[in-house]
Amino acid sequence: MKYGYFPGCSLTSSAKEYDISLRKVIDKLGISFDEINDWSCCGATSAHVTNHKLSTALAMRNIMLAEQQGLDNIIAPCAACYNRLIISQNEIGKHTGIRKETEDLLSVKFKKDVKVFNILELFLKSGLNKIIENRKRELSELKAACYYGCLLVRPAAITKFDDAEEPESMEKIVEATGADTVDWNYKTECCGAAHSIARRDIVVDLSKKIIDDAITHGANVMVVACPMCHTNLDMRQRAMKRKYPDHKEFPVLYLTELIGLSLGMDEKELGIDLHYTNFKYADTLLNNSAKG
Amino acid sequence: MKIGVFICHCGENISSTVDCPRVADVCRTYTGVEYSVDYKYMCSDPGQNLIKDAIHKYNLDAIVVGSCSPHMHERTFRNAAVSAGINPFMVEIANLREHCSWVHDNIEAATRKAIELMRMAIEKVKRDKPLTKIKVPITKRVLVIGGGIAGIQAALDTANAGYEVVLVEKEPSIGGHMSQLSETFPTLDCSQCILTPRMVEVHQHPKIKLMTYSEVERVEGFIGNFKVTIKKKARHINEDKCSGCGMCITKCPIKKKAYNSFEEDLAFRPAVYVPFPQAIPNIPVIDETVCTYYKTGKCGMCVKVCDREAIDFGQKDTIHVADVGAIIVATGFKLYNIDKKSADSKYKGYGEYGYGKYRDVIDGLQFERIASASGPTSGEIKRPSDGRVPKKIAFIQCVGSRDDSKGISYCSKICCMYTAKQAMLYRHKVHDGEAYIFYMDIRAGGKMYEEFVRRAIEEDKVKYIRGRVSRIYEEDGKYIVKGEDTLAGMPVEIDADMVVLATAMIPQDGAESLARTIGIPYDKYGFFNEAHPKLRPVESTTAGVFLAGACQSPKDIPESVSMASAAASKAIILFANDTLEREPVVAKVNEDICAGCFYCMKVCPFGAVEVKDVKDINGIVYKEVAYINQGVCQGCGTCTATCLSKSIELAGFNNEEIFAEIAAL
Repeated sequence: MKYGYFPGCSLTSSAKEYDISLRKVIDKLGISFDEINDWSCCGATSAHVTNHKLSTALAMRNIMLAEQQGLDNIIAPCAACYNRLIISQNEIGKHTGIRKETEDLLSVKFKKDVKVFNILELFLKSGLNKIIENRKRELSELKAACYYGCLLVRPAAITKFDDAEEPESMEKIVEATGADTVDWNYKTECCGAAHSIARRDIVVDLSKKIIDDAITHGANVMVVACPMCHTNLDMRQRAMKRKYPDHKEFPVLYLTELIGLSLGMDEKELGIDLHYTNFKYADTLLNNSAKG
Repeated sequence: MKIGVFICHCGENISSTVDCPRVADVCRTYTGVEYSVDYKYMCSDPGQNLIKDAIHKYNLDAIVVGSCSPHMHERTFRNAAVSAGINPFMVEIANLREHCSWVHDNIEAATRKAIELMRMAIEKVKRDKPLTKIKVPITKRVLVIGGGIAGIQAALDTANAGYEVVLVEKEPSIGGHMSQLSETFPTLDCSQCILTPRMVEVHQHPKIKLMTYSEVERVEGFIGNFKVTIKKKARHINEDKCSGCGMCITKCPIKKKAYNSFEEDLAFRPAVYVPFPQAIPNIPVIDETVCTYYKTGKCGMCVKVCDREAIDFGQKDTIHVADVGAIIVATGFKLYNIDKKSADSKYKGYGEYGYGKYRDVIDGLQFERIASASGPTSGEIKRPSDGRVPKKIAFIQCVGSRDDSKGISYCSKICCMYTAKQAMLYRHKVHDGEAYIFYMDIRAGGKMYEEFVRRAIEEDKVKYIRGRVSRIYEEDGKYIVKGEDTLAGMPVEIDADMVVLATAMIPQDGAESLARTIGIPYDKYGFFNEAHPKLRPVESTTAGVFLAGACQSPKDIPESVSMASAAASKAIILFANDTLEREPVVAKVNEDICAGCFYCMKVCPFGAVEVKDVKDINGIVYKEVAYINQGVCQGCGTCTATCLSKSIELAGFNNEEIFAEIAAL
């Protein structure tokens, strides 16, 4: 099965390392994929809060391109892209009016039922065994707090995947890498999301609480699968430090980076060095690559 | 044969699109029609008299009425015919209203269709044969399944009317959930104090045969004549010898291996136990799964201390058969276990509430035990984790109920009231304690119910927050309840010492398989279906099987008791006659040509087909044929249509009659 890859804007800019590590990891695991040609904005944030028609058309344009490219499945690693794509697809499926309007705007007729997957579904579907079999590095000293944020498994009625309030799928993937997971309270709490730009104060408080709860429950690393969450939890730690002087730097990894580490790739290869916070276990882990 | 034809105008319902006088005129020309007339309201008294007078005057043998649906007035016209001396099955109805005038607007076409419908009915009535009602004897004994308050009430009412009752309860004692409750809304009287006298009454009633620790295995037969097989599980105690002294319980060395389910797992019980001190019957049960004797063959402490030699390790389950005429199902409810790991497979659970993970996050029944004077804390409100008195309790309503995303859409109905009561009891017992209740709506319909909730708010200062809770987690020994106050439009966080969840009521374990055993329908949640939601709320669709209490839908005590009394009176009404009259529209097998393929048995939805041996003159069986039990057959005709050898006929709708109708078209 071949996936159409929809990177979305973040993975070409602020979350470049998510893109880098994703491509490396799925290549290593033998998952074949084609980037969707001429992909555009998914219709997130500014579009979907101001213009419903535009945001639906933008999302559906990418699905249309995948369809034209002969792809039946799309992976959308960014949680917001994933959310926009599945919601738009659901809307045109349910409302013939919206479907017609979108088809007219794009001058196409949607024929196939292209399936959109998030990053968790990708790894669960392609088989955790692949990760386990290709493990090269011992990660058992990592105690990961898996953070889902708000969009990755929501809305439950549309995603029909995992449990929206108490998700567990990321833990399964992280455990397949050999890292440990912690049971903690804030895995679906809000990080402040797009308030990062206009109301940094809100984001600093919310994201700080998330990091603190992870630490309280014994985590030494946080694993995320959303560029927005990563921005808030990683980049805003400097602002946290200014507001809360006793704040200690806490590493935040993309899920794909963690998988990459377990597959034996190094920090630079995966783009971990592009983070604002230091991944403090990097040195010990990198020296500890004798396993494979 | 002399046939009378009566065309009804139904006011203008029929006559506005059907030319009724013309229909009557045309019918008059048909062979066999002696008399034909139209009239404005045939169902009225003058209309019926018109029919009766015509029958006498023209010496009619059969009549055809062109009117509304037979569902509406077939009975009326049959009764009129009977009073004039005609067999009720010599009456045919042609539906000129629902099937004709209401659905057409062209008068000419509708009139022609009406004439066709009449001709068909006339051809059928020519071939109709007089039928007589079937009489079935009645066994005047009731089986009540379930010994909670509904089953107890139904058993007592039926027994007090003079009929025998077999009361089957799967637990070692009767009493049900009501025996676990602390105090009851809206009067705050002690649940056990009002219940136990009823339990004793059941035990002592000469007409009630109590079978506890027993389950219904099989139900055969039909209304008035059920044969029920009951499995009595082995208690390993000889009931005749046991005096209920309790020595075996006191001396049993296994103290902490089994959770006490009566205490909702908040305490342990020995391997030999009675569920609670007031249990009826007061005879213990030995739990094989934890008893040392069953594991190692040793111990036998109970045998040593029992001076009546009542312990019987070798006792086996026994099977009992009872003949009953009616069944009252009162199997009650259980609470939705929202622990994600052990939730009912139908539902997802609420992992985000931490039930099953945090010991101080409990459900409503667990709080009842904590608040009960006979409970594990002797009625003092204490946390299960450390025994401390909670200074702040958050109560959450609608956990599971009214939440489509978790699988249950209905309202559990009793939670608004019992949560108010529990918060009130807590405030009465812990004066400096704070009680918060998260709610969606307050549904306090019922006598003195709204006043009760107001009292909780105004006198007992219970704080109500309208909104849902998104998550509960532990932080420094407190339970952080994160929710929303939708009236203030603000998120709220309560740092509670204990959380009580009003989890949804769902049907008791095994409800669906019991329904299949008895042959009654149930809804998608497993609640038993009533025959009509408004007019037949305590009857199931299976004749002779009645419903009582929360097995039909969530109910509080007064409603369960009312329903139980209603179900009992339905059974008593049934027993008012010595025999039961049934419509004679049933299928009959022509044994001479039946090939014995038994396809009919496979398709019969009512289980009415049996195997019958046909014997020769020497009493030797030479073939097996199908036999249709007239008491069970509902006259649906499925077997008739399926029969390959055309050897089954449905009385009143035989092939000749149906073909004549079709040929007339």
